[in-house]
Amino acid sequence: MQKFSGVGVSPGRVLGTVRQMPAPVTEPQAGDQRPADSTAEQEADRLRSASKSVQAQLKARSDAAAKAGNDEAKAVLEATALMAADPMLIKSAVKLIEKGISAERAVWEAGGTVAETLKGLGGYMAERSQDVLDVRSRIVAELRGMPAPGIPASETPFILAGIDLAPADTATLDPALVIGLATSEGGPQSHTAILARALGLPAVVAAPGVEHLQDGVEVFLDGAAGVVVTEPGDEERRLAQTWKEKAGALPAFDGHGQLGDGHRIPLLANIGGASDAVVAAEAGAEGVGLMRTEFCFLDRDTEPTVEEQVAKYQPAFEAFAGKKMVVRTLDAGADKPLPFLTDASEPNPALGVRGYRTRRTDPSVIDRQIQAIGVAAAAAEKNGKGADVWVMAPMIATAEETKEFVGLCREAGIKSAGVMIEVPSAALTAKSILSIADFASLGTNDLTQYAMAADRQLGSLAALNDPWQPAVLQLVAATVLGARAASDDVAKPVGVCGESAADPALAVVLAGIGVSTLSMTSRALPAVSAVLRSVTLAQAQELAQLALGALSAGEARAAVRAKLPVLEELGL
Amino acid sequence: MPERKVTVASRVGLHARPAAIFAEAAAEQPVEVTIAMDGAPEDEAMDASSILSLMSLGASHGDVVVLRADGAGADQALDALVKVLETDHDAE
Repeated sequence: MQKFSGVGVSPGRVLGTVRQMPAPVTEPQAGDQRPADSTAEQEADRLRSASKSVQAQLKARSDAAAKAGNDEAKAVLEATALMAADPMLIKSAVKLIEKGISAERAVWEAGGTVAETLKGLGGYMAERSQDVLDVRSRIVAELRGMPAPGIPASETPFILAGIDLAPADTATLDPALVIGLATSEGGPQSHTAILARALGLPAVVAAPGVEHLQDGVEVFLDGAAGVVVTEPGDEERRLAQTWKEKAGALPAFDGHGQLGDGHRIPLLANIGGASDAVVAAEAGAEGVGLMRTEFCFLDRDTEPTVEEQVAKYQPAFEAFAGKKMVVRTLDAGADKPLPFLTDASEPNPALGVRGYRTRRTDPSVIDRQIQAIGVAAAAAEKNGKGADVWVMAPMIATAEETKEFVGLCREAGIKSAGVMIEVPSAALTAKSILSIADFASLGTNDLTQYAMAADRQLGSLAALNDPWQPAVLQLVAATVLGARAASDDVAKPVGVCGESAADPALAVVLAGIGVSTLSMTSRALPAVSAVLRSVTLAQAQELAQLALGALSAGEARAAVRAKLPVLEELGL
Repeated sequence: MPERKVTVASRVGLHARPAAIFAEAAAEQPVEVTIAMDGAPEDEAMDASSILSLMSLGASHGDVVVLRADGAGADQALDALVKVLETDHDAE
């Protein structure tokens, strides 16, 4: 039996066979010659047939996406299928083959040249250069007789193992086939972890060694304990079976978040568009604590008009008529570049012009968005389906920025204007900020990254980039205290909308620190609600003290989990 | 050689979806069709059935491009492709 230890990022215990994420395609050596026994014509034919079969594979995926009603994926896959057999690409590769170069190297170079040209055009075209490089890798893999890069195709469910998932892979993952995730890199807030929680897939990250497991090997994966073991025995089978029964038996969330003593902690949902809003409403969410608005802007090379934005915001507001709906203004930059707004060439994008800061370089985009939110809120109201719309800005660092943003919201007729607390400076000046803003919402993913100075994608820093870090919890506590100090009567609301709110044990700690609402992926609502109800406010406060005083994230987590027997009972 | 000058109607220019639609339509023609920006030398014209060439051309909304083809059916082919370029596919 082999055991691999990492960080558990999404609870659940499953048994399954491993399928490895294929290794990225390596570059064929420069000057790689075609075999002496083949003619240029034969080598060119080999390339043409490889490009045709890649085109057919992509076309099949595009048809499958169309069938599933995913029009966006269909359009992208259709365009990449065309690229795979593009006459210009093949022609320039064949020219190289005629000079004696191998098909692999020829298509690698020809694709690279096209990608460079597109990159040089900037904006939208520069983004598409990635598609050309993807197609090039697929053709080289096909020529080598290697598996295509990306999530493996399979008829039967499997546990996906690999180094880490890229955002593009996470978009093509089919939760009916992938029953668990195990990666050697990535941290608690990496793309893999966020996706796993959104889909309710048990997952372990930062577990070195899992990327070398053979395809077809049976393993047991525990997404709460953070371990993967081979040759599972009777005990592991029993645990997996129990989890299957318990997880299915977890009662649906009844729409009333509270602790065991009746202390109210409304549980809200994080959503990324109108369709998520419907799912969240069905899952019993008491409102929306984070509505991301990037969906309106991504994949576009021009800014959507105010009318286009209103048409997208209004249905989401109407899905939560009469309930709270916290809208975050555009959070572009860093890992979410927008060709018409952000500068992709910044040397250090995480510390660059992102979030509300884009207003420094181009105020009009944010200003028009605030206007659109105001119009959409008023239109929903007029339809008799008005939501209680709150608006907040991401990446606020100072009280001065807060004042400016609140002013803009007031002008647009927005009643409740707040800020995200993601930059440590905002947490430390929470009293000043909350004497101006109507509320604050803690974005623990970025807050952790900035407080710990640790990139969230790096497996080697996973232990630092962990929201259980006592320093991060201290910043949460500072924000709560700042809110109380800023007001003579009732403190202004401080919520959490980061990934940490979806961890049932951490949710208890956050409640104990004094946050007023928790917002999470809809799928986490039943588990978080069940665990919150197992403690009183006094117990939650005691657990919060334990976590705040711990020496490490691991110690904080272990100390709190040990006092929450309900977690073991529910297999969380 | 028969040629047509057309103004790109697509609001996003000859990008992604409009480029894919146009490349597919060009590939269906019985003759080879080339595309160039208006005013560019004829020998810089590119294969109109290549989505990658279309994307590298970087034609934006309102730009004028020149389509050229030779041989039997060239005129009909050009007329068919002019129609595709004159349609704003994002407005559909």
